[in-house]
Amino acid sequence: MSTFVMPSLGADMQSAVLMEWKVKEGDSVKKGDVIAEVETSKGVIEIEVFEDGIVEKVLVPEETEAKVGTPLAIIRSLDKSTEIEEPAGPDMAAETKEAEPSPTPDQPIPDEPDEPVEIQRVKSSPLARKKAKELGIELSSLAEGDKPVHLAQVESQKVSGTTEMGGMRQAIAKAMSRSNAEIPHYYLSTSINMTAALHWLEELNKNRAIEDRILPAALLIRAVVRTLQEVPQLNGFWRDDALHLSEAVNPGIAIALRREGLITPALLNAEHMDLDGTMHALSDLITRTRSGKLRSSEITQQTITITNLGDLGVERVYGVIYPPQVALVGFGRILDTPWAEGDTLSVRKVMQATLAGDHRATDGRTGGEFLNKLDQILQTPEELL
Amino acid sequence: MKIDIEIARDYYREMLLIRRFEEKCVELYSHEQIRGFLHLYNGQEAIAVGVMDAATSDDTILATYRDHGQALARGITAKAIMAELLGKAEGCSHGRGGSMHLFDKATRFYGGSAIVGGGLPLAIGMALADKMMKHNRVTICFFGDGAVAEGAFHESLNLAALWHLPILFICENNRYAMGTSLEHSHSEQNLSKKASVYKIISDQVDGMDVFAVAKAAKDSIAQIKDGSGPVFLECLTYRFRAHSMFDAELYRDKAEVEQWKEKDPLLVLKKKLEDIDLWSKLDVDEIEKEIGSVIDEAVEFAQNGTLEPLFDLEKFVYSAEVK
Amino acid sequence: MSETITYREAVRAAIREAMESDERVFLMGEDVGRYGGSYAVSMGLLEQFGSERIIDTPLSESAFTGAGIGAALNGMRPIVEIMTVNFSFLALDQIVNNAATMLHMSGGQFNIPLVIRMATGGGKQLGAQHSRSMEGWYAHIPGLKILTPATVQDAYDMVGLALSDPDPVLVFENSLLYNNKGALDKQAVPIPIGKASMHRQGKDISIITYGISLFKSLEAAEILSKEGIEAEVIDLRSLRPIDDETIMSSIRKTHRVLIVDEGWKSGSISAEIMARINEQAFYELDAPMQRVCSVEVPFPYANHLEQAALPQPEKIVAAGHKLMEEL
Repeated sequence: MSTFVMPSLGADMQSAVLMEWKVKEGDSVKKGDVIAEVETSKGVIEIEVFEDGIVEKVLVPEETEAKVGTPLAIIRSLDKSTEIEEPAGPDMAAETKEAEPSPTPDQPIPDEPDEPVEIQRVKSSPLARKKAKELGIELSSLAEGDKPVHLAQVESQKVSGTTEMGGMRQAIAKAMSRSNAEIPHYYLSTSINMTAALHWLEELNKNRAIEDRILPAALLIRAVVRTLQEVPQLNGFWRDDALHLSEAVNPGIAIALRREGLITPALLNAEHMDLDGTMHALSDLITRTRSGKLRSSEITQQTITITNLGDLGVERVYGVIYPPQVALVGFGRILDTPWAEGDTLSVRKVMQATLAGDHRATDGRTGGEFLNKLDQILQTPEELL
Repeated sequence: MKIDIEIARDYYREMLLIRRFEEKCVELYSHEQIRGFLHLYNGQEAIAVGVMDAATSDDTILATYRDHGQALARGITAKAIMAELLGKAEGCSHGRGGSMHLFDKATRFYGGSAIVGGGLPLAIGMALADKMMKHNRVTICFFGDGAVAEGAFHESLNLAALWHLPILFICENNRYAMGTSLEHSHSEQNLSKKASVYKIISDQVDGMDVFAVAKAAKDSIAQIKDGSGPVFLECLTYRFRAHSMFDAELYRDKAEVEQWKEKDPLLVLKKKLEDIDLWSKLDVDEIEKEIGSVIDEAVEFAQNGTLEPLFDLEKFVYSAEVK
Repeated sequence: MSETITYREAVRAAIREAMESDERVFLMGEDVGRYGGSYAVSMGLLEQFGSERIIDTPLSESAFTGAGIGAALNGMRPIVEIMTVNFSFLALDQIVNNAATMLHMSGGQFNIPLVIRMATGGGKQLGAQHSRSMEGWYAHIPGLKILTPATVQDAYDMVGLALSDPDPVLVFENSLLYNNKGALDKQAVPIPIGKASMHRQGKDISIITYGISLFKSLEAAEILSKEGIEAEVIDLRSLRPIDDETIMSSIRKTHRVLIVDEGWKSGSISAEIMARINEQAFYELDAPMQRVCSVEVPFPYANHLEQAALPQPEKIVAAGHKLMEEL
């Protein structure tokens, strides 16, 4: 028994209309006999059977349209091989479709996740854009009106001998992930009454020229540095399963770049700076950070990190330690807070100081000591001069 | 004419092989296993068989898109051709050519061309090279009545005569260039005259009679090898099927087709043998059976063949596979 | 050992020497024999080799190009000369449907070691049907190799390179180059097909060009140099294959690129090169790519119009300025 189907007569033939049957059920047919006439886009064509047999059943009435491959009749074949071979070969069309490789781009799609949506797009050559990103330079700072930024402008911002900050930022990102994965953090926090310190600072600055005035940030940094001299275990590196203390105190200062995130360059050898020195160094560091002129040592030699996000309104900072450092000090916003002293309740300028510590290097005891000492030192600010 | 029974048997077998092969192609095409264009040789078998009998293995063959007959008669196996039609790597053109582009180095079969008249300039070059290298062999170039209208035909015949080249031009005049009949294509319908105008030895042959074709081809090849220059044989024939599979044959009468079917080369051969009582000596059933197996094996071979891997797609563009 | 000869003499010498050393090589085309060659390239060859090997053909481009293919298929090494690229259209079917395609259609069985030489280019007031540069157009077709010798050395070397290639090679000789004199060292190892050559080094602009435009580009580079702009000038030598590596390497150095192409720009080889640069060196670009091509008009007869239509050193200099703009 075999099925006679609507034949394909050409690549662009999808269907045809069966116009007239040339046989009826019960007729015997020979190979090559015309079995029906079909109407195609090219006219009426006779179609033939491929074997000897008897027409068992006609499946499709005259004047019916049928797609190529539609069964039209059943033939009881009289050939020795009674079964019609189903096309044993693989369906070539399907084969090719399956084997089609899913499109993969030849080059990675340029993707700049750090770039926030800019309201005004800066035109620059692709090369300039790439270089600027590597150096951590903001293109908008280089653009002059609507003129596109070129490589030369970007390169003139770079000073020889500095490390490319773009790469550093990427390294920080990597480090942050590592930190979270590798370092067992412990967190301690304490409330520090900053009233005395702020008051003292105010008095000090009153009699000073603007460029000589001390910012609270500098005071805090100086305080941390002084405290580390008493509690040195938080100033160093975790390496080869051991804590290596550092003689130098190079606090990494978290500085926000205008649009490009946070960076923490070091105040090198802060242990040798007095308060004024700290202030000047901090000023200078911030300026150079913003214009991309840091020295590589400033980018790699931090022994501890201080982040002071109080000016952003954050009350308490739970930081992530930058490996291989072993501690991070965070300062929150100075708030007017109810403060109890003995039996009296008053309002004081209170700041949350937090310490994130690497539990492999130190434990809560050391951390607590540090914060305690820091608090004490900030109650006698004049000693920080 | 004395007929050798063995030769007659060979002729019959080879023509039947072509006929049954083409019939099988119809079936496979209808079932979408063969794709693209399919041009069948039914009715013209005597020409391929007769000419190839006259040719030697050293001669060069150039054919048209209607090339299954020439390919089989030349000795390319039914397996290799069928595999090619099914697009398999085992095909004679590695699956890259398809029905219209059968090629085979071993039998000096240089295609298989889809451009009407495109093979004639090639023939000029092949014969020129033979002449230059002093190979005494013939370039046999097949084409149809349609090619005679192409500019390349005239350029080529002129050059063939001018340069005295060893070419046997076989014009298979089946009276239709696709859907355009002879009378609508040529101001001069006696195509052999067009060659004689170029001072080429030219003749008309009954293309339905394999003996006539074979004799004319043998005589011509002998002449050419003897230094006569090119020879043109217009073989008068008819194709029983449409130009290609998808053709409603609106351009010709059924009656005409039936008339020519009476001159089926298989029938002509049969009659000739019957006239001298040799037909019964041919075991036709045996031959049918044998051919049937050959075809079945070819189909099985082709269906079980392999598809070239996709990563080889860019092969065969340059010899050194340099990008 | 170097001599100074004309481009024409270099081609002639190369053909002669090839025919002397390999009896399979022969030359076929219109007027190559008795006339001495329409550009006098084959002058004297008929006397030396005879009419069996220097074959004058009738005006039958299709047939004699196809004959070249057939002869190559059957064991010879023909050089077909098509008088100019403008006449090659008559042979286009043979070139595209046979020469470029047969290796593939036959599943790798039949390669065609054919050389076709054609004169190309405009600038002689010969009108629209005699002035085209179609080498870029032919470079579109897989299966063909396209050579564009600019220097006298290449005019000589490329005949040999083409003849020893197993596949069809089209050699485009700009007709205005035939009289050019240059140095030829027959002992020098030929630069292989597919390698470009650097004619001038510079740090500011990469000029990518081929054929006669090489000389216009070098002229423009001199002018730019006086203005303090140093251009690198690269002769592609072949349009299929193209030497991507040399191009991209130059761009990584200069970041600014200018393409000079005598074809019309639409769908041209300059467009193709720009696409490749976009694919392979996008981030190396510091400015949009520039190109100088022929103006999109069939070439006019009047001299001032024709010259205005063709690439010129001034246009190349202007494009160079544009590249350096805003810096």
